[in-house]
Amino acid sequence: MSKLKYYIPVISFFALALVLWRGLYLDPKELPSMLIDKPMPPFALTTVAGSEVANEDLPDQIFLLNVWGSYCLPCLIEHPTLMRLSEEGDIPVVGVNYRDRQDLAVDWLEDNGNPFAFSILDEDGRFGIDLGVYGAPETYLVDENGVIRFRHVSVLDESVWEEEFVPAIAELRGESFGNE
Amino acid sequence: MIPELGQFSLILAFCLSVLLGTLPLIGASRNHLLWMNLCRPLTAGVFVFLGISISILAYAFATDDFSVQFVAQHSNTLLPIQYKLTAVWGGHEGSFLLWTFMLGGWMLAVSVFSKSMPIDFVARVLGVLGILCAAYILFMLATSNPFDRIVPLPPADGADLNSALQDFGFIIHPPTLYMGYVGFSVVFAFAIAALLSGRLDAAWARWSRPWANVAWAILTIGIALGSWWAYYELGWGGWWAWDPVENPPLITWLFGTALIHSLAVTEKRGIFKSWTVLLAILAFSGSLLGTFITRSGLLTSVHAFASDPTRGFFILVILGVAVGGSLLLFALRAPMMKSEARFDLVSREVLILGNNVLLVVAAASVFLGTLFPMVYQAITDDLISIGPPYFNAIFVPLMILLVLLLAVGPLCRWKRTSIAYLSRQLGKVVLASLALGVLIPLVVLLEFSLAATVSVALAAWISLSLLGDLANKTANKSSRAKALKALPLSYYGMQIAHLGAAVMLIGIGLTSAFSYEKSVLLSPGQSIDLGNYVFMFNGSTAVTGPNYVGNEADISVSKNDRPIGNLKPQRRLYLASGTPSTEMAIDAGFFRDLFVTLGEEKESGAWSMTIYVKPFIRWIWLGAIFMAFGGVIAAGDKRYRRLRKRELERAATELSGELQTAS
Repeated sequence: MSKLKYYIPVISFFALALVLWRGLYLDPKELPSMLIDKPMPPFALTTVAGSEVANEDLPDQIFLLNVWGSYCLPCLIEHPTLMRLSEEGDIPVVGVNYRDRQDLAVDWLEDNGNPFAFSILDEDGRFGIDLGVYGAPETYLVDENGVIRFRHVSVLDESVWEEEFVPAIAELRGESFGNE
Repeated sequence: MIPELGQFSLILAFCLSVLLGTLPLIGASRNHLLWMNLCRPLTAGVFVFLGISISILAYAFATDDFSVQFVAQHSNTLLPIQYKLTAVWGGHEGSFLLWTFMLGGWMLAVSVFSKSMPIDFVARVLGVLGILCAAYILFMLATSNPFDRIVPLPPADGADLNSALQDFGFIIHPPTLYMGYVGFSVVFAFAIAALLSGRLDAAWARWSRPWANVAWAILTIGIALGSWWAYYELGWGGWWAWDPVENPPLITWLFGTALIHSLAVTEKRGIFKSWTVLLAILAFSGSLLGTFITRSGLLTSVHAFASDPTRGFFILVILGVAVGGSLLLFALRAPMMKSEARFDLVSREVLILGNNVLLVVAAASVFLGTLFPMVYQAITDDLISIGPPYFNAIFVPLMILLVLLLAVGPLCRWKRTSIAYLSRQLGKVVLASLALGVLIPLVVLLEFSLAATVSVALAAWISLSLLGDLANKTANKSSRAKALKALPLSYYGMQIAHLGAAVMLIGIGLTSAFSYEKSVLLSPGQSIDLGNYVFMFNGSTAVTGPNYVGNEADISVSKNDRPIGNLKPQRRLYLASGTPSTEMAIDAGFFRDLFVTLGEEKESGAWSMTIYVKPFIRWIWLGAIFMAFGGVIAAGDKRYRRLRKRELERAATELSGELQTAS
C-alpha cells in the first residue's frame, strides 16, 4: 500500500492528459451557453447610470443582452449595428458592462453613443460567470419570459444579424404567436 | 536554396539528437565508456546545427525572402531591421525553433560545465535532453516547419509583424522566458538521470542546485519582462491579468521556487528526496504544459498563436511520453529512496516543507483556475469562465502565509530550533513590522489602505528579520566586516532574493492601493488634475514612422506648479496590415509612474485619453531583479565548483558497485 502512493502522480497525470486530449477538439466559440433554454440567472446590481437593477427590470418582450466593455475593441465594430437596432426600436438592447469600471463605461457611452436601454454594471465579472460569458463582445437573445434562447460569441455585425439573429427572432415570434 | 539548407541542418540536428538520446544512455546502463563519451561531441553537433538553422531563418527575414511562408506571414519590406531579425519568434514555427535552439544552448552549457561530474551521470543527463530535443525537432518537421515555401508564386510583400509586437519588449521577453522555461528541462534531466542510476544522494542535489537556481532566475526575469511589457505596451496599466497564457510560466515559477528550496534540504540533510524529484518533474511539466497551452489554441488569449489541433495533439503526445514516462519511473524508483535524517517539529526542514506545500497549493490552484473552464467544458459540454476574483481570493492568502514563513525560515536551524529562541529573535520584529506597516503608507502617501498596510508590514517583517539574522551571524566575531566576508555566497543569494520578495510586496501593495486613472476628453489648452499632478494638453501633431503614420499628443505635467516633463503618447496606423496601435508615453520614476494613452481624435482637435498615476509600480519588477540576482549569486557559491577529487572517485566506485548488484 505504501508503495502505491507513488503512483498517484502518474495516474492523475494521465487522467488530466485524457481531458486535455478531449479539450483539443473543442471550440469554445461553437458551444452554446449552459443557460440556453434556461431563465436568466438572478441578479441584483446597479446600472452604469447608477440606479439599482434586478431581473424584474428586464423588458417583458424579446430583447438582446449584449456583453460589452470600454476596453473591448471589437465592441466598436458591432456598435453601429446595435445603434441601428436601438434607433429602429423593434427590439430593445440591454447591456452587460463586463469587467469594466463605471467611470470608463460612462465615458465610453458618451464618446460612442448609447444603444442600450440600460447597462448592467458587472465590475468584477461575477454576473458574467453566472451567464457563462466567454469574453466581450457576446450577445444573447432572451425571450419575453426571461429565458435565454440563443447566444452569439464575438462581433455581432450586420451579416451575423441577418444570418443568425433575424431567423432566430422570427422563430421565437412564430412560437409565441402559435401559443396565443 | 538557402532556406533548404536551414531545413537540412534541422534534419541533421534531429539525427544527432536521436543518437544523443540513445547511445550515451545505453552506454551508461552497460558501463560502456566509449558510448558514454559520445554525449559531449553529439551535444556540440546538435547545438551547431540548430544554430545554423535559426541563423538561416533570421537571414531569410533579413533578406525579405517572402517565398518562405513563415517570413511572408510575419515580416514586410518596411519592417525595421531589428524587428525583422526578431520576427523569427513572432509566430509559432519560428518561436518553436528558438525554443529548441535554447534547449541546445542549455545542453551545450551542461556538457561544458559538467567536468566535475562522473561521466555516466553526464551521459544520462545529456541523453535525456537529447530525447527531448529530438521530440521537439520532430514536432517542427512534422507539423510546423518554419522553412516551408510558398510555391509557385511567392507574394511580392509580407503581411507584416503584428503591430503589438513591434516593440523593444518583444525583442527581449520571449527569448528570456523561453530560456528560463527550457532551463527547467535541465533540472528535469538531472532528476531523471538520478532516477535511472538510482543514485539520489546529496551529490545529485548539489549538482542540480546551480542549474535550478540559474533557470529559476532567468524565468523570474522572463516573467517580470512580460509583466513590464504588458504594462507599457498593451496600454491598460495593469501588471498582471491572470491571462490563461500568463499563468503557465507562473505555475512553472511556483514549482521552481518550491524546487530550489527543497533541493537545499535534500543537499544539506539528505531528506525530502522523492519530493524533490517530483518537484523537478512538475516544474518541467509546467513548462511543457505552457507550450501545449500556447501552441494548441486550447485557450484563446493575446498570446495564443494559430489554433491547430494536430499540433496540440503532437505536443500532448510529447507531454504524455515525457511527463507520463518520468512519473512512472518515479513511481517505480521512489520507494527505493531512503531518508537519511530525522528532524523536529520546529526546524528549518519543517518551515521549508511549509514553503513547499504553500507553493504547490498555489501552483495547483492557478493551474485549476486556468484549465477548469476547459476541463469543465470537456466533461459537461457547458461553458464557464473564471476571472481574477477567483485567483486573487486564493492566491493572496497563500502568499501572505508564505511570506510569514519566509522570514522565520532563515533564522531557524536545521534539525531543531527552540521556540524560545525564535520568539526572542522575532518578538520585536513583529511589533516593529506592524508599526511600520501602519505608519509608512500614512506618512508617504497620506492615506490609509488595508492592502498597503499588510504589504508594507510583511515587507518590513522580511527585511527586519533578515537584518536581525545578519546581526546574529556576525555578533560574536572579532571584526564585523571579516564576519560578513566569511558568510557564503549562497547565504547572500538567499537573502537578496528574499529582500526581492519584500521589495515586490511593497510595489504590489502600494500600486494596488494608491493608483489613479481617469479617461478624459481634452481640447488643446485644457488641463486636468489627478493625484496631485496637473496634466496640460498642448495639442497634437502628425508623425510618420518607417512603417506607420499617426498622431502624437503633447502633454506637459506639473506638480505643485513645478514642471515635471512632457509626455508624448502616439496613436499609430500600421500601413501593411492597416491595424491601429497606441503607444503610450510614460514618465517613469522610482516612486511613481505617470502615463498617458491616446484614444481617438474628436471634433475640433480634442482627443480622448486615459491618464494613469501608478505609485511604486517599478518596485514590482525591481523585486524580480533582486530575486533573480539572488538566484545567480547563490549559484556562484564556490561549494558547487569545489567538488573534491575524492568525492568523484567515491561516486565512481559506488556506481560500479551498483552496476554489479543491478546485473
